[in-house]
Amino acid sequence: MAITSIKNLKEFSTNNDRFEGAHLLCPGCAHSMIVRELMNCTDDNLVIATNTGCLEVSTAVYPYTSWDTSWIHIGFENAATAAAGAEAMYKARKRKGTLKDPNAPVKFVAFGGDGSTYDIGFQWLSGAVERGHDFTYVCLDNENYANTGGQRSSATPIGSTTSTAQAGSHSYGKKEKKKDMVAIMAAHGAPYVAQLAPNKWKIMAKGFQKALETEGPCFINTVSACTTEWKFDPKDTIHITDLATDSLMFPIYEIIDGKELNILYRPKNIITVEEYLNAQGRYRHLFKPENRHVIEKIQKDVDEKWELLQRREEARV
Amino acid sequence: MNGLDGTEKRGIKELGAEKLVGWDEVEQGVVINSFEGDATGVANVHAENRNYSDFNSYTATVASWRVIKPVYNRDYCIDCQNCWVWCPDSSIISRDKQMLGIDYDHCKGCQVCSEVCPTNPKSLLMFLEATENDEALAGWPEKKEKEK
Repeated sequence: MAITSIKNLKEFSTNNDRFEGAHLLCPGCAHSMIVRELMNCTDDNLVIATNTGCLEVSTAVYPYTSWDTSWIHIGFENAATAAAGAEAMYKARKRKGTLKDPNAPVKFVAFGGDGSTYDIGFQWLSGAVERGHDFTYVCLDNENYANTGGQRSSATPIGSTTSTAQAGSHSYGKKEKKKDMVAIMAAHGAPYVAQLAPNKWKIMAKGFQKALETEGPCFINTVSACTTEWKFDPKDTIHITDLATDSLMFPIYEIIDGKELNILYRPKNIITVEEYLNAQGRYRHLFKPENRHVIEKIQKDVDEKWELLQRREEARV
Repeated sequence: MNGLDGTEKRGIKELGAEKLVGWDEVEQGVVINSFEGDATGVANVHAENRNYSDFNSYTATVASWRVIKPVYNRDYCIDCQNCWVWCPDSSIISRDKQMLGIDYDHCKGCQVCSEVCPTNPKSLLMFLEATENDEALAGWPEKKEKEK
């Protein structure tokens, strides 16, 4: 596989973008940062399928396409299935010798938002991973259904206000915890599962390359800060992601073969979750005196999760 | 602006300006080709040398979204490429490890590039869309002393 150099940013920047501008994602959206980075990680031919979501509707506005590679527009839940089907056909045609260029390297990638990964496409993703197709699934996790107006998804963290779990006099927003998708995918026994963030571009690029290289189904959960629904200024996308990774709301780690866990980024100064929550409009109500207990709960959950990750890394089981 | 030849096709159309088709006129199952002819090895070809088709969004523009625009000052740039890696709109033009300029046809003015610029003073700053680039460069701020 033709891997491109990620030794430093200067070398990485010699790549030619295969994701074009004039897509209709919001200014400052992290989706396109992540997609661009994945496509710059390799020179191989890519076959990409995308679940319905912000990314799909914004990059394929008829009659335009922003993708310089084979790209499949598919229903809300089917990206994993479409990528798996394309991969199965590729293998079959390779075996029969009907491919135009059988030696050209091809990688199969599926993109989905958190709504289509955690909720709607979960069964399809689980099936494709269980069948062991050779593809990489990247979840762009912005913690709500941003495309349809910010409804709650099972990726929405506790305490966040959304259009269907609104904070008010009787409620502090969503009351349920976020689903731990990375652990669920690792439990499938997938060869490579990781949680990555765009602010650490090198760790993310390394993770993408590892996933593309690994044979078998790989799952990557990426943090995608949403300026519209998280309610912060578009210019702060990277700053918010920094806060997310440094407060350990989004720890960056990988799990190999479902057991070997490596923490990829340890913040030098771990900040409190309060600092992360305070930077976003969707958590503003938590700073009222009656909701303070939610912040304490979030901090406790984050600490416990970090402890668990560190223990698992040490134990190597 | 960017000093590249062969970019005549870039951003020539206002997005949404063409005649729209109704929902019942759209064909079921459409294949849109990003390129004219063979697109093998496109990952190793610079944008200005690619044979884009009219359906590629490279030929469209979203410049009208901008209220503020980034202006690039070559004098302070250290070619760290932070702006390139984090630009959400593929609008930073880099060639041979050098930052060349901004693609104003695809930039939406989100200010991420200016935020991640590490130089002092910043080599990318935001100005009102109506400001001329020369005017902006003439009034570039001085180096800020670190607060002790």
